[in-house]
Amino acid sequence: MIFIIQVYGGMLLAAMGRTLLMTLLSLVFAMVIGMIFGLMNVVHNRFFNCIGTIYVDAVRGVPLIVLAYFIYFGMPSAIKGLGIAGFRLNGLQAGTIALSLNCGAYMAEIIRAGIESVDRGQMEAGRSLGLSYSSCMALIVVPQAVRTMIPSIINQFIITLKDTSILSVIGFPELTNVGKTAIGNTLRPLEGWAVVGLMYMIVIVTLSKLAKRVERRVNRGR
Amino acid sequence: MEGKSKIHVTNLRKNFGKLEVLKDISLDVHEGEVVVLLGPSGSGKSTLLRCLNQLETATGGQIVIDGYDVTDRHTNINKVRENIGMVFQHFNLFNHLTVMDNMTLAPVHLKLMSKSEAKDMAEQLLKRVGLEDKADAYPSQLSGGQKQRVAIARALEMKPDIMLFDEPTSALDPEMVGEVLAVMKKLANEGMTMVVVTHEIGFAREVASRVIFMEGGYIVEEGTPDEVILHPREPRTIDFLSKVL
Repeated sequence: MIFIIQVYGGMLLAAMGRTLLMTLLSLVFAMVIGMIFGLMNVVHNRFFNCIGTIYVDAVRGVPLIVLAYFIYFGMPSAIKGLGIAGFRLNGLQAGTIALSLNCGAYMAEIIRAGIESVDRGQMEAGRSLGLSYSSCMALIVVPQAVRTMIPSIINQFIITLKDTSILSVIGFPELTNVGKTAIGNTLRPLEGWAVVGLMYMIVIVTLSKLAKRVERRVNRGR
Repeated sequence: MEGKSKIHVTNLRKNFGKLEVLKDISLDVHEGEVVVLLGPSGSGKSTLLRCLNQLETATGGQIVIDGYDVTDRHTNINKVRENIGMVFQHFNLFNHLTVMDNMTLAPVHLKLMSKSEAKDMAEQLLKRVGLEDKADAYPSQLSGGQKQRVAIARALEMKPDIMLFDEPTSALDPEMVGEVLAVMKKLANEGMTMVVVTHEIGFAREVASRVIFMEGGYIVEEGTPDEVILHPREPRTIDFLSKVL
């Protein structure tokens, strides 16, 4: 174990950095995607509801690994078909797109559920005071929904962090991928995977502890 | 009594899917009148009230408020609603805001008042409902009666000239009903035009200028409290009153 850490420690830490970078990037995009499609599922408009549902069902119905292959290999070939030669996505780009789309669908559901958890009377009271639908959403409903959403969002963050390991299949040098290389070179699978596992665990446990603290602070004002 | 007409409803109908809740309602409310809607649950009185500010859209008929046809899609309903205060059974205070912010949110956001004007006015209104020391409290820190008094003050902050009350005391513990009715009575005496859905017969007798009895989506009987409550003519009114009095 010491040997692996001594020789590959720096590489593994750098890989963890890339893992976190991809997670954070994906999460930011997923928030935007989730906000758009989540709201589409909330508004009283059949057309938007339909688009929102199709997106969520389509993405949730496909395993992340298939989505990643589809984007990494499929998109460049589609763009080549359009007559643009030489287009390629690198592992980070393809991985971030796949992860954002995937996480965005779950985020959309979290945001929809959060908004629907706010009592209808809150919107009605706002409307009765002359505020528009969108003002009521922005000033009254969403701020209350965010409180109930925070634990789920943090949970999704942890899931997304772990899902980055799936993207080792498209060659992005995140933690699992680099770990695999290190173990292949040293032929020490037991120690190697233990180190990799521990690294994930330390980051995730720290994050969830932090999340608990944030959650408690947010709930104190109620 | 015959001031100018504030609310003019003609042949109002409202369906929820196949269910006809309001069948053919025509009604006038004049300036300064206090109209109390009585009737068994499911009679459509709350729906009628909610149609007046279009929280429920009418299926048919016409509602004119202060000269604005609110059933016309081209009317700016938000502008009309600024003049119609509404008080709900479950208060519906904004739980994430203090009492003060609950009151100043809408007028400030709609640019009807500056922040400081809104604050001054809120302080006066809180004094009027006896809650001047609760400006910085959150709704969760108030009793039911206090919440409802804040809700009334919040509606008044918009300087409405019509107030709608949807069973304002039905969710309250009995000992808190009085404080809310007292505020409403004061408001009525100051000349506010009010439409009130309630089961408080005592309030209706004392404060109402007109009582309307509804059942099954129709207006069955209407008149002064004396006529409708003490000397009802319709058998359905008599039956209802015998159960609640």
